[in-house]
Amino acid sequence: MTSFLTARRLLTGTAIAALVVTTAACGGTTRGEEETAADAGAGASANPDADIPSGLAIAFLPKQLNNPYFAVADAGGERAVQEIDGEFSEVGPTEASASSQVSYINTLTQQGADVIVTSANDPNAICSALDQARAGGANVVTFDSDTSPECRDLFINQATPQGIAEAQIDLMSEQIGGSGQVAILSATANATNQNAWIELMKSYAAEAHPGLEIVTTVYGDDEDEKSFQETQGLLQTYPDLKGIISPTTVGISAAARYLSGSEYKGRVALTGLGTPNQMREFVKDGTVTAFALWNPEDLGYLAAYAGAALAAGQITGAEGETFEAGELGEYTVGADGEVVLGDPTVFNADNIDDFDF
Amino acid sequence: MTTTQQTPTGAAPAAAEARSRRGTALAHRLFVVRELGILAALAVLIGVTLIANPRFLSGQNLRDLMLSAAILVVLAAGQTMVIITRNVDLSVGSILGLSAYATGTLLVDRPGTPVLVALLAGTAVGAVCGLVNGAVVAVAKVPSLVVTLGMLYAIRGLDSLWASSSDRLQVNAADLPSGFKSFGGARVLGVPVLFLIAVAVVLVIGWYLRSYRSGRELYGIGSAPEAARLSGIPVGRRVLMAFVVNGALAGLAGVLYAARFQTLDTTAGTGLELNVVAAAVVGGVAIAGGTGSAWGAALGALLLTTIGTALPQLGLNPFWRDAAVGALIIAAIVLDRTLTLRLAARLRGRNLRGS
Repeated sequence: MTSFLTARRLLTGTAIAALVVTTAACGGTTRGEEETAADAGAGASANPDADIPSGLAIAFLPKQLNNPYFAVADAGGERAVQEIDGEFSEVGPTEASASSQVSYINTLTQQGADVIVTSANDPNAICSALDQARAGGANVVTFDSDTSPECRDLFINQATPQGIAEAQIDLMSEQIGGSGQVAILSATANATNQNAWIELMKSYAAEAHPGLEIVTTVYGDDEDEKSFQETQGLLQTYPDLKGIISPTTVGISAAARYLSGSEYKGRVALTGLGTPNQMREFVKDGTVTAFALWNPEDLGYLAAYAGAALAAGQITGAEGETFEAGELGEYTVGADGEVVLGDPTVFNADNIDDFDF
Repeated sequence: MTTTQQTPTGAAPAAAEARSRRGTALAHRLFVVRELGILAALAVLIGVTLIANPRFLSGQNLRDLMLSAAILVVLAAGQTMVIITRNVDLSVGSILGLSAYATGTLLVDRPGTPVLVALLAGTAVGAVCGLVNGAVVAVAKVPSLVVTLGMLYAIRGLDSLWASSSDRLQVNAADLPSGFKSFGGARVLGVPVLFLIAVAVVLVIGWYLRSYRSGRELYGIGSAPEAARLSGIPVGRRVLMAFVVNGALAGLAGVLYAARFQTLDTTAGTGLELNVVAAAVVGGVAIAGGTGSAWGAALGALLLTTIGTALPQLGLNPFWRDAAVGALIIAAIVLDRTLTLRLAARLRGRNLRGS
């Protein structure tokens, strides 16, 4: 057993040495390097003590470039990559459509990226491209939006759906005094994560806050104008509406802007998932009391560390394995290769100025 | 340059003149029929919604409706000028996005900028984009569909590059000066200022197209470009002008967008161009050029916005909105075709009798 371990360590060491040499020699990445990295990473069993090799090529592929949320997440990833002395890169489409990420994954595969960290625009559209990338030796980590579990090694979940649902229902219940009509303003009708949260919100409200009556769910398609019109429709259709929950950043900020300029300001409560920068104005003018979100920077940071741990062979993605994620501490891999970041942060007038994203 | 235009055409027979006047009256009636059709559709829609929800015409709701329509109305009026010349401008969504981002940046960097200056700056950004569109279409004689499709991507790309290199991906409400934000919600006698601006734009464009010689020449260019050229109309210059005005209006719409939504990133206005063309077509502006009016296009924009607002309030699935818009476009085209055929038949009849 010991001899096997030492042999493995030796092998890992050689692989890392080879990797460092090739990186130094070429100043870029080649196919040969990627295979050795794959040998080191995708071994049959995990070695929690393996060191993270320097010079790992870690590529972030967000849903969309220039999207403020992903810009913050990628910045967190870049910080983590610098800490482990790797090579960070960020590529991605300018449009968040289902198929737009495929060509970027193909390019990364050809360039021999060690780790691809991505947030999927569609759970299935990028699967075959990711399979090719993994066959070519890359480790695939998804964050924010998962693919089908068999197409990736790990999924970094921003929060458990249960945690997100409970936080929003608790916030709403507190703001409207525990009873009244509440409506939900979602993104698109077929957004997987939104629908999962909404189902959990309904069941949690029914058991923990029976006074809350969730009257309807409308869809703003993550467009400003449409979210405005749906908010307006809600207030017209339900004259007794006490609150709106919008579990999408576009929806909540559109609804906040609508409420702040209307006669309903202060009369109808609003909470949900939003970014502090978008919501600052409306928390300060009293339209919104409190809302929640995880910290996207930590999400990207954790995803980068998870990818590095995979590439180093510390973990393989099996349930129960643990790894260190820099300043965030130790994380454990859950069922289906999921790692949960933690509970969402609640933002209100007292702490909103501490955040900038 | 085209002084020959002023040359009298000689002794035009009085009968021919009377006939052409009757023809004009007939054509004018067709405009009215088209616009009345949209007004009727609008009235039916409001009526039905009102039965389902008596609060549909409440002050708040009407103001929201006007605010929602303002941007599309401005864009539709500009697009009308271009479509009438048998061209199309698909880059307006991107121009709006660039102008909105430029205005946001200007206001964040110089919070003291007066609203009027912001309006002018956004309009100027749009006019420059329109100038590029118009110059390529008019001078290089490339089909406008291709040129503006290219510009759609090029301008959006420029916008993204600017945003990512300036390290300000998103301009948020909290960053904008309060003077500009209050402009977005300002009202005169209860009517939102943004809507009043849109109405003013429609009145000016509509009046220009109807009453000015160069405005009428745009119709001539759209009906028969070769004939227009042979009769001495400076086709290139007129088309260039139409694109510049449309670009400037898209720029103005960008400032209105900034004032209304107050969250500006590089996706502002994505996909809006097709809504604009749809509004114009529903409003009776024939895509083949030569017919239509700014008022019609504005009514089309108002109708599309009302559908978007009314369907959620009727409790209907939002997917019906797209279906309804599609049905309206097809209805508008069928109506247009029928009217054109009847007009042609009647004019032919008169000609036979007259000669």
